[in-house]
Amino acid sequence: MSRNWQEAVKEVIDESRVLTDISDLYSYSFDASFGTFVPEAVIQVKAREEVVSVVKIANEYKVPVYPRGQATSLSGGSLPVHGGMVLDVTLWTDTLEVYHDDLVVVASPGVLTADINQAAEEHGLFYPPDPSSAHVSTIAGNLAENSGGPRGLKYGVTKDYVIGLEVVTPEGKVMNTGGRTIKNVTGYDLTKLIVGSEGTLGIITKVTLKLLPKPQATKTMMAVFDDIAEAGAAISQTLTSGILPSKMELMDQNCAISVENFQPFGLPTDAEAIILIELDGHPDVLEKEIQSVDEIVRGVGARYTVLAETNKEAANLWKARKMVSPAIAAVKPTKVSEDATVPRSKIPEMIHRLNDIKEKYEIELVVFGHAGDGNLHPNIMCDKRDQEEMMRVEEAVGEIFQAAIELGGTLSGEHGIGTLKAPFMEDEVGELGIEMLKKIKDSWDPNNIMNPGKIFAEPGQKLVLRDE
Amino acid sequence: MLNLGKSWCYEMSNNNIRHREKINYDKTFDCVQCGYCLPACPTYQTMEKETHSPRGRINLVKMYAEGKISAEDLQEPIEKCLGCQACTTICPTNVEYGRILEGAKTVLEEELPKTKKQNVVENVIFNKLFPSAKWMDWIGDASWFYQSSGMQILAQKLNLTSVAPLNLDQFEQVLPDLPSPVERRKRENHQKPAGVVKAKVAFFTGCIMDSIFFKTNKNSVDLLVESGAEVILPKAQTCCGALHAHSGKIGDAKELAKRNIETFEQEGVDYIVNNAGGCGAHLIEYHHLFDDEPEWQERAQAFVEKVRDISQVLVELDGLQFTNEVNEVITYQPSCHMTNVQKVIDPPYRLLKKLPGVTFNELEDPNFCCGSAGIYNILNYEDSMDVLEVKMDDVRQVKPKLVVTTNPGCLLQMNLGIKKDGMEDRMRAVHLVDLLVEAGAQGRL
Ligand SMILES: Cc1cc2nc3c(=O)[nH]c(=O)nc-3n(C[C@H](O)[C@H](O)[C@H](O)COP(=O)(O)OP(=O)(O)OC[C@H]3O[C@@H](n4cnc5c(N)ncnc54)[C@H](O)[C@@H]3O)c2cc1C
Ligand code: SF4
Ligand code: SF4
Repeated sequence: MSRNWQEAVKEVIDESRVLTDISDLYSYSFDASFGTFVPEAVIQVKAREEVVSVVKIANEYKVPVYPRGQATSLSGGSLPVHGGMVLDVTLWTDTLEVYHDDLVVVASPGVLTADINQAAEEHGLFYPPDPSSAHVSTIAGNLAENSGGPRGLKYGVTKDYVIGLEVVTPEGKVMNTGGRTIKNVTGYDLTKLIVGSEGTLGIITKVTLKLLPKPQATKTMMAVFDDIAEAGAAISQTLTSGILPSKMELMDQNCAISVENFQPFGLPTDAEAIILIELDGHPDVLEKEIQSVDEIVRGVGARYTVLAETNKEAANLWKARKMVSPAIAAVKPTKVSEDATVPRSKIPEMIHRLNDIKEKYEIELVVFGHAGDGNLHPNIMCDKRDQEEMMRVEEAVGEIFQAAIELGGTLSGEHGIGTLKAPFMEDEVGELGIEMLKKIKDSWDPNNIMNPGKIFAEPGQKLVLRDE
Repeated sequence: MLNLGKSWCYEMSNNNIRHREKINYDKTFDCVQCGYCLPACPTYQTMEKETHSPRGRINLVKMYAEGKISAEDLQEPIEKCLGCQACTTICPTNVEYGRILEGAKTVLEEELPKTKKQNVVENVIFNKLFPSAKWMDWIGDASWFYQSSGMQILAQKLNLTSVAPLNLDQFEQVLPDLPSPVERRKRENHQKPAGVVKAKVAFFTGCIMDSIFFKTNKNSVDLLVESGAEVILPKAQTCCGALHAHSGKIGDAKELAKRNIETFEQEGVDYIVNNAGGCGAHLIEYHHLFDDEPEWQERAQAFVEKVRDISQVLVELDGLQFTNEVNEVITYQPSCHMTNVQKVIDPPYRLLKKLPGVTFNELEDPNFCCGSAGIYNILNYEDSMDVLEVKMDDVRQVKPKLVVTTNPGCLLQMNLGIKKDGMEDRMRAVHLVDLLVEAGAQGRL
């Protein structure tokens, strides 16, 4: 019976969308994180009925199912760690409909996040969650990982916009959750349970998202600090002043140096920290608010501030922020991106701890991120081929998580647990927490076929960033 | 999990590992698998799987070098890559995909037995069509077999039609008229401007350009002269070798490059000017061919520094004015090699802006390849037509009268797309240079 499931699948799915060539299998063996895991087949689904049939077969034959969007997950979300089948949803893009009067959009799972926002903008609306991978990632992937971006500070993350779902359960049944209303208190909130479940509770086949009216204007400012603690103070003072910026992004000195080496934007390289702030709203109000923010950050010790006069200047500053990721990748080939998150007041302390970790393990580490909501991105640059270095990095990552948890924070603000952070889960949620999560998983997925090997660590599982 | 026989794996890995350097294994580590290149890749869009994406291809090259997959497994994904390099432009970590691709092609060329069809086709293309002297003679007396009498006749001689139809008839229908032998002989190999000499340049004629597009070459030289350049057309120059390199024939590519370097370094010019995006992209990468020959690498470097696309030189000399109103809706299909390899982006737009009377409608996605890609459209006809179809969708929205291109392959491909649409009487593709001449380009006094 061992091979029969593939034949069964070919009876319900067009053979051109059941991939079994070696070159195809290897092409679905990775994502943007670590490791190579070769599936036994890749199935490209395009309709709910197809998913229902395939999942039923998988459940019957007890074959693992690995849902996959564009495989940009940074935590190993789509990796087929136990073989079986990869369920690729990227070709499934047929529905993308904005219901203007309801401020709602309905989309197929494979639609790219950026396309959703573009469709909304055509109606004068916008879809706030803005992961930097939005032009590549699928909406289903965003939901499964509960992705967020700089705008999370003011507007929240993906889960705050999902109001309805169609899901195929691990037993192959179709379930609808939520609806098209903003308010809904009917029973447990299954919609929010699915969001962030990393594909372990079922396959998302349709999403209904809430939209907002697009803000009329934005203003951008850069504030430069000689002391990173002052930058931290500037963040909390601004946030308690009654003004809520749409974005507040932090870059440390190492980031600024890397960016300037990579492509000069005019960032100061001698300052300990830089904060980029964006306000959005009505143009008249913005003028006043940006002045107030300017006074606040200078008041806590900013060396100087730069106010973008034109949209072009603003775009240039945000481009410099976007360049951090590639610029630091130019330092060394392997990049380990973490997204440990701490309460806002603990940002300066977290940064000091990170610097200690950097020195202790002699690693190249930079810090940037969505400082406004405490979601930092410590990134370690290393070389995968250097086994000894990678071992030091593994230990450093463990210590970063430890620091975040000790400061009352969390392992992951937006990238998810996947395989990479599974070994650290218990440290954060505790034994009982794991037990309750497992109970939920077991009752949804009795045969453990849906994305097995994720979130829950396997006995003895450790963080491994090395091949083999 | 996959179960591949152990001994097979072992043998394969030894052999593949031997190729690590040649296949640029080290460069595959620059890819962080972020997927940012996926939306830019034409074949990912048309072939609908990761296997035909840049990230997928780079991973397969790595897997090959690690002995996990065989040359046969690597073959199709590599052969179906357009080489348009849209992925390198978008890649945030500057992965040198072009070199990984070329490395893979070189290794596959060595490792794989050729099918009969492929052998015959390649023989025609590389030994008859693009080598230097013999080929130049051939077209010198205008018996260009690709034209009217047609490659088909040659193909019959080689008994090719029975092996593969090659769809050459499709391309024949969109070739421009050939110039007469007299016109060819009249061309002077050294021309000076009427007024002050603003620059001394050598013109790279290219093989396809100088045969099928002889007129465009003539117009190019005229425009340079009108702009105030002294122009030399070195006689000993030869094919740039791009197609050889892109097909893994590195030895041949090096020979052709050496001959061009020798020829052009004798002329003592400011610039070496070309008008074919694909050739130019290869010319400015000549130094990559000589990683293992330092002396040649240095000479190649000197050559490369002088290479310019004609649009760059015309913008820099700024010596033209235009006397005819064009009064048409035009659009521009940039050559991928010009955009992504030469990084020449602005100059053609700047020239187009100067034309009186044009309405310029930008394509929605100008940087999406047209599917011509060297000889890709001959070797992978169906796949190429799928890519062309996406391009034509975009063109149809814009409704231009003229589609401006800067590369002979793109020009033919766009004309083919127009013909397939039955739009020949309402739309045509034109080389930028020819359009400038149609607009009455003259030297400015
Ligand atoms: C350069 C870069 C920048 C990034 N920036 C950000 C950022 O700013 N913010 C952020 O939050 N993330 C970011 N990410 C992480 C990543 O882009 C997000 O996690 C994204 O949501 C993944 O989408 P995807 O389509 O690639 O999904 P995949 O990686 O393919 O899958 C992600 C998860 O979704 C599951 N899944 C996919 N489809 C379905 C489905 N139909 N039903 C159920 N489960 C499914 C998979 O099993 C997996 O667990 C970044 C990644 C990269 C490489
Ligand atoms: S954009 Fe560059 S680094 Fe990212 S997957 Fe593509 S080639 Fe790799
Ligand atoms: S060269 Fe073009 S076709 Fe080939 S992988 Fe890159 S983008 Fe795709």
